[in-house]
Amino acid sequence: MKNLGLLIVVLVGAVLIYATTDFPPFGDPESPASLHVSPRYLENSLEETAVPNVVTSVLVDYRGLDTMFETTVVFAAGVACFLLLRVPRRRTPAPRQYRHRLTGLTFRIKDGGEISLPLQEFEPMESIWTPHDFIIEKVCCYLIPFIQLFGLFVIAHGHHSPGGGFQGGVILGASIILLSLSHDLRTALKRMGEKTSALFSTFGVLIYAGTGALCLLLGYNFLDYQALDPLLPGGPVMARYHGILLVEVGVGMAVMGTMIWIFRNLASRGRHEEGL
Amino acid sequence: MEEVLRLVVERYNYWIYITLMMIGLYALIAKNNLVKKIVGMNIFQTAVILFYVSIGVKKGATIPIIEHNYDMAHQAIRAADYVNPLPHVLMLTAIVVSVATLGVALAITIMVYHRYLTLEEDEILKQIRES
Amino acid sequence: MSQYYPALLIAIPLLAALFISASGWLRPALCFPLALTALGGSLLVSLGLLSNVIRGIPDVYLFGGWPPPWGIYYRVDHLSALVLAVVSIVGFVNLIAARPAVEKEFPEKAAPFYTLYVLFVTGLLGMVITGDAFNLYVLLEIAAITGYALIALGKGRAPLSSLHYIFMGTIGACFYLLGVGYLYIITGSLNMEDIARLLPPLYESKVVTVAFVILMVGIWLKMGFFPLHAWLPNAYTHAPSPVSSLVAPLMTKVMVYVMIRMVLTVFTVDYAFLVLKLNDAVVWLAVIAIVAGSLLALAEKDVKRMLTFIVVAEVGYMVGGFWLGNRAGFIGAVLHLVNDALMTLCLFLAVGNIVYAKGNSQWDSLPGLFRTMPWTMGALVVGALSIIGVPPTCGFFSKWYLLLGAIQGGHYGFLAALLFSSLVSVVLFFRIFEISYFEPFGASHGPDHGEDGPAGREAPLGMLVPLWMTALGLVLLGLYTGEIVDRVIRHAVPGMML
Repeated sequence: MKNLGLLIVVLVGAVLIYATTDFPPFGDPESPASLHVSPRYLENSLEETAVPNVVTSVLVDYRGLDTMFETTVVFAAGVACFLLLRVPRRRTPAPRQYRHRLTGLTFRIKDGGEISLPLQEFEPMESIWTPHDFIIEKVCCYLIPFIQLFGLFVIAHGHHSPGGGFQGGVILGASIILLSLSHDLRTALKRMGEKTSALFSTFGVLIYAGTGALCLLLGYNFLDYQALDPLLPGGPVMARYHGILLVEVGVGMAVMGTMIWIFRNLASRGRHEEGL
Repeated sequence: MEEVLRLVVERYNYWIYITLMMIGLYALIAKNNLVKKIVGMNIFQTAVILFYVSIGVKKGATIPIIEHNYDMAHQAIRAADYVNPLPHVLMLTAIVVSVATLGVALAITIMVYHRYLTLEEDEILKQIRES
Repeated sequence: MSQYYPALLIAIPLLAALFISASGWLRPALCFPLALTALGGSLLVSLGLLSNVIRGIPDVYLFGGWPPPWGIYYRVDHLSALVLAVVSIVGFVNLIAARPAVEKEFPEKAAPFYTLYVLFVTGLLGMVITGDAFNLYVLLEIAAITGYALIALGKGRAPLSSLHYIFMGTIGACFYLLGVGYLYIITGSLNMEDIARLLPPLYESKVVTVAFVILMVGIWLKMGFFPLHAWLPNAYTHAPSPVSSLVAPLMTKVMVYVMIRMVLTVFTVDYAFLVLKLNDAVVWLAVIAIVAGSLLALAEKDVKRMLTFIVVAEVGYMVGGFWLGNRAGFIGAVLHLVNDALMTLCLFLAVGNIVYAKGNSQWDSLPGLFRTMPWTMGALVVGALSIIGVPPTCGFFSKWYLLLGAIQGGHYGFLAALLFSSLVSVVLFFRIFEISYFEPFGASHGPDHGEDGPAGREAPLGMLVPLWMTALGLVLLGLYTGEIVDRVIRHAVPGMML
């Protein structure tokens, strides 16, 4: 296998290097890629969509269809991880062990049993259970709101600065993942349940595809945000601007929900109950 | 000699991406451990992303965010002043796709591990042959 | 209304997939009806597109209202309309047949299953209709990711096979992406027709040659063209039966379509056949694929696994027929694409029924099947006759065109391979019929045969109806071959091949 791999690699590499001799040099402003399609985006984006960040306007407006399917790919990955890994709940109810935080006593709960004492005083004990680190816990508690605020900023400011739905969505998702890392999966699940994250992911894509379908219903082409003019203030150009924002919010929701969803299924092998 | 050197120096971005890509491809083919293969797959995808992003570079240009006044007054916008935004857009898509593939691949790896209790491919194949 | 068809074709199943996913959490009983409505809707739309194309109404749809090289547009012509109809028919029919198996094998995961199922079909439909090279990549990945997940759902080796499929599929998709990047770097465009317009002055460039080679290798990897087929048999064998009867007929055929589309629309026939002159080499590769696929199929003792090798051989038929580079070969390849999708569907559905009743499709479980499952085996016979190429089933006609093409092109190696593979198919299927008809039931069974009962049982009606719809479709398609060639495929033949 090693020799075969080496052979293939050398062969493919040679073919690819053979082609580089006809490539335009690095950073050449006269290369065809810089002259044919892209100048129009740079020159007209501000006029046509009122969005100064050209990456955003190309991503969500000129080539909005790609981005819709891209969001769908993320969604599909979330559903795929769920389909493959998620263990249906309570198929084999196992006895669980809890530690009382204040006294250090441990309790064993039989199948289907419930604790009648206040639950926040207990923590679950499992094979990979590790004690919470006080400093990490508290630092993350204070950090997470700011991370989320920054995530919202990145989504909302995608028109004017680097950022947008994907980046903001990942930051928002990371904040919840940080919560499950610094505390444990259950704590994070209590803040944002599995159903919530799954529905976030679904409705995020639905906002995107729904906006496209709305344009269709209003008599324009699919994803032609100009159609939203009657519903939004500021004329057809600003309709595109606001349409892009709407879609970015959808993308952010979808990415956030899916990241959390995938992480949980991967981290706990679909059980959603172990310590991590 | 000078010709060759110039060819390499002027187009070093392509050489870097090809090297990276071949490292990934080699890992994907020759490595025995499934997670190492997945890492190789990711390197492979990242190399393509690097290639695309390097297409967008223009010497002397800045990031593709148009400078504008508050009232959006018309100024002449010269396309040569801003880097090509299209490869960045395309690669945003490719990055997302590679993340999604990674997620699914890891999920399936977990299933494989759960079933065979190993990630070494030869051991898994041995188990399959024996059963 | 009809000007919205291209958008509706994609929007209906995409929105429905989202609703299915949501209803899985809120109201699980709605999942299947939603999926059925969605695929039924896109089936109607694709038939509408086909009839539009036949009547000569051009369908170009600009997404976001942006004109071509800047925005993404969908374009329907004779070739894509035909393939769209096939994809949506197979997706729809197979969905009906999938329900009993889904309820038996993984009832609690029906919602995500149907979501991915519908998304898979959406991805394939998009790949066929799109006019943008990069958009095709994104849709390819949708189809691929959903396909990986659906295949990994099977028992036993399925996850490992699916993982191998991921590795090979990702290499294929990345090669495709790289090829598109090469085209982009020298033309500056991603739109297929725009690239075709800009390419002719650049034909001497090494970049175009390498782009063509990488694109083809990537696409061949994805379709399982012979030396690159290693992932295919395992992945299709171990997948759950409703998935293999979805993925096996569609994925390879759509990739063949993508290959044809790339050559016809992006590189143009002149470049592929006159400048590069690769056609002879590729036809020989196809010959090897056909012979190797047939021989490998002979060695198998599991019906489903045998079928996967037949798929490998059939890919050789289509690739070879197309690269013959003459009219008959082209018509044969496209017609075979249509026929083979339905033939493979018919066979995989029949095997799915056997697996449903018996638990597996090994030869051990075949004896007595003609008595216990007469309807399933009847349809299997029709499908087998079509693969072998017996008139009036459709398989005969496409093979006829392919043979004609081989004779006209003077390519006797391909001719011999076609005949050889037909003979092998005869052996393959008659062996199965022999075992399941003549071999006395129970002769090869031990005493531990209690669980599926000695009587055996026919598959439920929900699986038989779609199976027989497909089987009758094979005969009807055969009878109407002339119509299809005359009204649709003839118009898709590029001028150079006339």
